[in-house]
Formats: sequence, C-alpha cells, structure tokens
Amino acid sequence: MLELEVNGRVHRVDVDPETPLLWVIREHLRLTGTKFGCGIGLCGCCTVHLDGRPERSCQVSAGEAAGRRIVTIEGLAPDHPVKAAWMEEQVPQCGYCQPGQMMQAAGLLAANPNPSEAEIVAAMDGNLCRCGTYPRILRAVRRAAAKGGER
Amino acid sequence: MRRGLTRRRFLQGSAGLVLAAATTPAGCRLFRRGEVPAALSPSVWLRVTPDEAVTVVVAKSEMGQGVTTSLPMLVAEELEADWARVRFEVAPADDRFNDPVWGTQATGGSTSIRHLYEPLRLAGAAAREMLRAAAAREWGVPVARCRARAGVVTEAGGGRRATYGELCRAAAELPVPDAPPLKPDGEFRLLGTEPDRLDLPVKVAGTAVYGMDVFVDGMVYAAVARPPAFGAHPGAFDEAAARRVPGVRHVQVLPGGRGIGVCADTPWAARRGVEALAPSWAGAADPSLDDAALERAFLAHLGRPGVTARDDGDAPGAVAAAERSLRARYLVPYLAHATMEPMNCTARVGPGGCEVWVPTQNQSGARRAAARASGLPLAKVRVHTTYLGGGFGRRFETDVVEEAVALAKGSGRPVKLLWSREDDFRHDFYRPACACDVAGALGPDGRMAAWHHRVAVPSIFARVFPDRVEGGVDPAAVEGLRNLPYEVPNVRVEYVRVETPVPVGFWRSVGSSHNAFAVESFVDEMARAAGQDPLAFRLAHLGGSRRARCVLETAAAAIQWWKGLRPGEGRGIAQHFSFGSYVALAVEVRVDRPRGRIRVLRACCAVDCGRVVHPDTVKAQMEGAVLFGLGAALKEEVHFGGGGVATSNFDDYEPLRMSEAPMVEVHLVESGEAPGGVGEPGVPPVAPAVANAVFDAVGVRLRRLPLSPANVARALSLS
Repeated sequence: MLELEVNGRVHRVDVDPETPLLWVIREHLRLTGTKFGCGIGLCGCCTVHLDGRPERSCQVSAGEAAGRRIVTIEGLAPDHPVKAAWMEEQVPQCGYCQPGQMMQAAGLLAANPNPSEAEIVAAMDGNLCRCGTYPRILRAVRRAAAKGGER
Repeated sequence: MRRGLTRRRFLQGSAGLVLAAATTPAGCRLFRRGEVPAALSPSVWLRVTPDEAVTVVVAKSEMGQGVTTSLPMLVAEELEADWARVRFEVAPADDRFNDPVWGTQATGGSTSIRHLYEPLRLAGAAAREMLRAAAAREWGVPVARCRARAGVVTEAGGGRRATYGELCRAAAELPVPDAPPLKPDGEFRLLGTEPDRLDLPVKVAGTAVYGMDVFVDGMVYAAVARPPAFGAHPGAFDEAAARRVPGVRHVQVLPGGRGIGVCADTPWAARRGVEALAPSWAGAADPSLDDAALERAFLAHLGRPGVTARDDGDAPGAVAAAERSLRARYLVPYLAHATMEPMNCTARVGPGGCEVWVPTQNQSGARRAAARASGLPLAKVRVHTTYLGGGFGRRFETDVVEEAVALAKGSGRPVKLLWSREDDFRHDFYRPACACDVAGALGPDGRMAAWHHRVAVPSIFARVFPDRVEGGVDPAAVEGLRNLPYEVPNVRVEYVRVETPVPVGFWRSVGSSHNAFAVESFVDEMARAAGQDPLAFRLAHLGGSRRARCVLETAAAAIQWWKGLRPGEGRGIAQHFSFGSYVALAVEVRVDRPRGRIRVLRACCAVDCGRVVHPDTVKAQMEGAVLFGLGAALKEEVHFGGGGVATSNFDDYEPLRMSEAPMVEVHLVESGEAPGGVGEPGVPPVAPAVANAVFDAVGVRLRRLPLSPANVARALSLS
C-alpha cells in the first residue's frame, strides 16, 4: 500500500511502486484530466505539480511520489488565473494537451509571477500541442501573469 | 459514462418539442418525433423543453474544430433562441444521424458546416414557426403578431408574452411547416459573432471525457505486441512469461495476426505483459523496405506511364517547342498524424450486444467494425463517441475498434485498449509520400504557356473508397492539380500510382497537402524565370478567380509584401483552394546558412471560406492549420527500416514546438459565398510559402520536404 497525497487528499493505493504516477492518478484515482501522451516525458500531457513544481507524471514512479504533495488539473482552483485566462483566450481546440499546458503554466507563474516572453516560451517548450494553439497559450500565460500581479 | 442513457431519454422523452430534419431528393424535410418515415434517416434533432433549454444533437465528432458550438449556433440563429440556454448533446452512432450528403455518419473533408448549414437552420426556423403558432393559438391572434426573440414570443401591439419553455408542449402538437422562412443574410444576430465555445469549460476544468477516460464496470486494460514489419504475423511467443506478470489475465492473438493482445488489471501490467511476450515474427511483406528503397521506388515510378487526369492542349509539345522551359522535381515524405491522444477504444461484448466507446471520426465505420469483430448484427452494436484528442484523419480508421472488440470477446470482459505512442507512430495510415516532375514553358509574353505535371503517389481511395477511383485516377492524388487554378493554355496532369507495403490514409488536407507544395513552388519558379514578382505573376494568371486573387492580395498587404528586408531574410507567398475555401499565406523567414536552420518570423494568412458562422473558430482553425503545416514543412518525416517503421516517438518525430511557432495573423475575407470548409484548407499553402521565402532570402530553391537543417544544408551546399 502506498499513501499518495493528491489535491490535498490522502489516498491509499495498492499498486506496484514502480508504476508510473500517471497511471495511478488516471486509472486508480480516476483523475483523468492528467493525460497519457508519449510515456517518455517528451510531450508534457501528463504534467502535474510535485511539491509545487511541474513534473512529467509518466517519468515519476508512484513510489517516488509517495510523501510528496501532488496537484493535478482537477486540484487547480476553478478561478485560478491560468484557468480563467485559458477561457478568456479560448485556447483549447481538441483540448487533450491543455491540462498539461495549464499545469506547466501555473508552475511557471508560481515560480516567476512576471515572466518575459522568452521565459514563457522556454518554460512551455516541452509541452506539445498538435492543434497549434501555441499563440493563444502564449497570450493566455501573459494574461494570467498580469492578473496574478494585480492580486 | 452514462451518456447513453441521456441520449435514450432524449430520443424517447415526451416533454417538449422535438424536430428532425432529413435530406430527401425533394430537398430538406422536417419531422416531429415519431413521424419520420422509415425510409428516411433524418440527420438533425433539436429539442425545446419546459426548462427553457434548447438542445441540439451534434452528429459530428468534436476534435477541436468547434462543431459543438458552431452547429448549435445554426439552429439557435433561426430559432431565435436565448444562446445562454443552448446546450449540445453528442449523437450516438445511428443511421438517423447520418450526414445528409454522404448517407453515412462521419466527420471529415471539412464538411460539417457545409453539409449542415441548411438543414440545421431549417430545423431551427421550423421550431420557431411552431412556437409562434402555438402562441397565436393560445392568444387567439394572427401568427403575424407573434414575434419570437431570445427564447420568448411576444405579442406585437399587446402585452402578452410566453417563453419557449411554456409554449413547447403546445407547439409539439402543431403541424411542422414545410418551408419555414430562413433569415436573409443581413439579419443574423448570432451567426458571425463569437460566443465562448460550449466545449471549453470541461476542457479547461480537465473533466472532458476523451476515449482514454472511459471506465466500464469490470473492465480490464489491453496492450498489444505489434509486428516490426508490415505484413508480419506472430511466430513463437512466451505466453507463460506474460501470464506470470501480476495482474495479467488474458493473452490472445488478434484476428489476422496483426498482433498479440494482453489484458490485465492495470495498463502498466498489460504493458509489462506485452514486454514479456518476446515474440518472433514471420512473413514481412518486404524485409528490405527502408527510406532508401522507398525513395528509389518513387523515383522509378516517375519514369513509368501513368493515367492522364487532365489534358488541355498539348503540354509536352509546348514544353518541347518553347524557348524558355523549366523542369523541377519535388519530393515529400510520409507523415504521421500523431494525435496527442493515442489510439484507444473501450468495448464490451455480451450475448445482448456489443457496446463501444471510442474517439472516432467515423461512427458508421466503427459500428461495422464492431459488428464484424463481435460477430453480432449491426442492430446489436452501440457506439458512443467521446471527445477526440485530435483526429486529422487518423480517426476515420477503425482498426482500433476491431482490436478492442476482439479482445473483449476473447477475454470475456470489457476491455479498454490503449495504444502506446510507439504503436501510434508505427501503425498509422500515413500521409503518402509523393514525388513529382513538373515541366513548364513560358511564352514570349512572359506568361505560362504550358504545365506538364506528373505525380507519383500511393492511392488512398483504392483502399477506402474504391468506387470513387474513376478511370484509374485517385481523386486525392490529383487534388489541386486536376483543378490547377492558373490560366495556362496547355496543361497535362499524369498520375502514376505507387504501391508499397506502407498503408496510407487521410491526413489533414489529404492530396492538397503534397500537391500544393509542388504547384506553388513551381509557379514561383516560373515567376522567377520570367523575371517577375511572384505575387504579380500569380495574380496575372488568376484572371478568372476573383476569390483566389483577393486572398493573395490580402495576405500580401498584411505582410507588407513590397517592404524592404534585412539580409538573410525573405518573403514567400502561396495560395491554394481546397475543401471549398481559398487560403493564401505569406511568411517572412530568416535563414541561418551555416546551420541550415529556417525560422519563420511572421505568418499572415487570408481565408475566404464564404459565410462565416463563428469567426474566432475560423481564426483558431487557421492558426492551428498553419502551425500543423509548419511542423510538416520544417520537421516531420516518418522513417522506415527493416521492413517497417523506424520512427517511434516524439524524440524522432517532433511536431512543432512553441519556440518554433510564429504568431499567426488571420484575415477573414468576406465574400458572402456559400460556406466552405475550415479544418483543412489552411495547411496546403504553408510548405510552399516557406520554401518560396527561403528562395527569396538566399536564392536557393528547396524542393524536398521537410526543410530540415540537414536537407537545407545539403541544398545550400549544392548551390
């Protein structure tokens, strides 16, 4: 049995500790906002926060994640500036990569509330979007940063 | 996943006004629920209920293109609904929801708005007329005095008002008007505006249900060991080792020997079970197949006789006789779809029937595939369409449905089959590679006198829609060639069908995705050979196409075509008509000669897709198509080796990343013409616009895609 703290709740899960955290979050806890994209940490669809920092949950085993604070897209507040900005800029198309994009963006803004364009691009470059929403993502991150700054 | 129940309730529910529309030889006809003649399959359903909701059933797949907003808008406009009360429901797979033009339920070809523009508006208009009539009867006044607006009918010159929710039951008892009047174009209140997309709240919350996110009671997870070479089937494999992996419950060779499935309690156990199989494979179609062998095959085909798809005048004769002629060869690679959501399907098979949950673009095909794999009659198959994590044509195929159903049947449990990303890259139906030779002649007046185009490309239609291959010509193979828009007196288009073991399929913009590269590069080459500006040269040869000229001029103006550039920078332009829409793209690039790297600095897109339902959605589709096309132009290429696909994941097939994406400016050119498609037409002009800009920057013509640093460096070193 592993104890995993996800979105502020502690879950006891009976899994092989080698199982990637991604699958435990999705299939055991059924928090399906975290997506499977590539399994090798190259697309960013599975991005969650571990102790406040964005990480690829396909590259972290459940055993390694035990004892750390895990936050998924479902745990990001509905009025989080990133979610609000994603709606205001009408970012998603198919939407599949967007939870990962939003978690990556939220992680960036938590560490750097007022990033430059180059810093945004550098932080977001590991998150693929096949629908080509990058221009809107960039605008949304800027908007979320501006809003975060007002608070 | 209890959406099936809501759908049943929708179709059987007695409360409120329910309307269906069917396309018949006599035009679009409307019916109340329960009054649909058996021979017709009405495609559109809408419901007005006492809770004031207007619900539109969307029979098209939502894969990012916004149909779950734009299609309800068509209904709401004519219905005079209160947009805040408009909802959508995803249609089940059922003949009643067939596309009115195709007679089958599928999403593709950038057709959703085009095929449903009239039926949806008529359904909305009929409901509006019935609600007005219900109010008129209630109040004892002429219908003409009952005005519908924002979900309420009010009495002109009187004070009475009634909401749609209050009127819907009475309206349901009234006859359906035969030909309800549609609003003239100038009177739209909703069409042409940009309400928030109805699918985005769940997509931003992370609660949207994609195929990957389906859970069925008692289900197991499946993974599949797949052959490394095309045509190979399983030889020996270690089933016992797979079964020793904790959680593994079932091992099965898939029908046709396409792979070995492992079912387990968790996706991780299923994957580890697959790894333990250590199978051998036999019977590869061509073990020597690799990149070099494929290229040799395509080039050899260019030397073989083909079929003539267009023959105006005498193009070969005119080229031979011309004082100024030009020849060029263009090569484009196989491409993968690489939808962000890998292929997946959940299936349950029991004595009572087969139920499937799948992100599909092809509901009718999915039903047939499930019936075939389960051995059950079509009537016992139910298919639920989830959100699609990208489609781009890949999800028109139903291979994953057959596999999931076979595994559910074999294992005796519901199965959620998940493909790995490696499965996804290695077992795609690829955008065909293509080689073409083009010869052109310039007349003494500096105009194009001849265009002789020979294209060697595999046939998609031969497998998918063989009936539509006429006279040996695959319509996709000559898309953009047979209908070459430039005014040239002598044109010949020859098609040579290439056959290889590599399966090919529809990929966003299909044949135009490769043919536009050749056409728009070659017309640029002809312009340069004639010593003319490439924009002016195009415009001079598009006399008959006002819409093509207009998008070109708009894109050129947006990028300031005539303005000076810095050294190492260049501008290129291209235009293409496809799927009912005209798109031009002008780009500015910078070329890093030593590294062979191309950076696109600006991209200005102009689109004329006729009447626009939701401008921001059109802009989003163009932004996305330009970046999708840019990834293909600069980076994407499937590699082959050992008889199969060598490409495996995003490390060796990288779509465009944010750092490579320019801001895309989109200009809508309003022609007021009939609606055109928007999902695909933004892709074709991208690669030629970039290659033309590179020529403008450094004077070197790039005729092979992708414009990767290696290919660019090679071309530069040869120059």
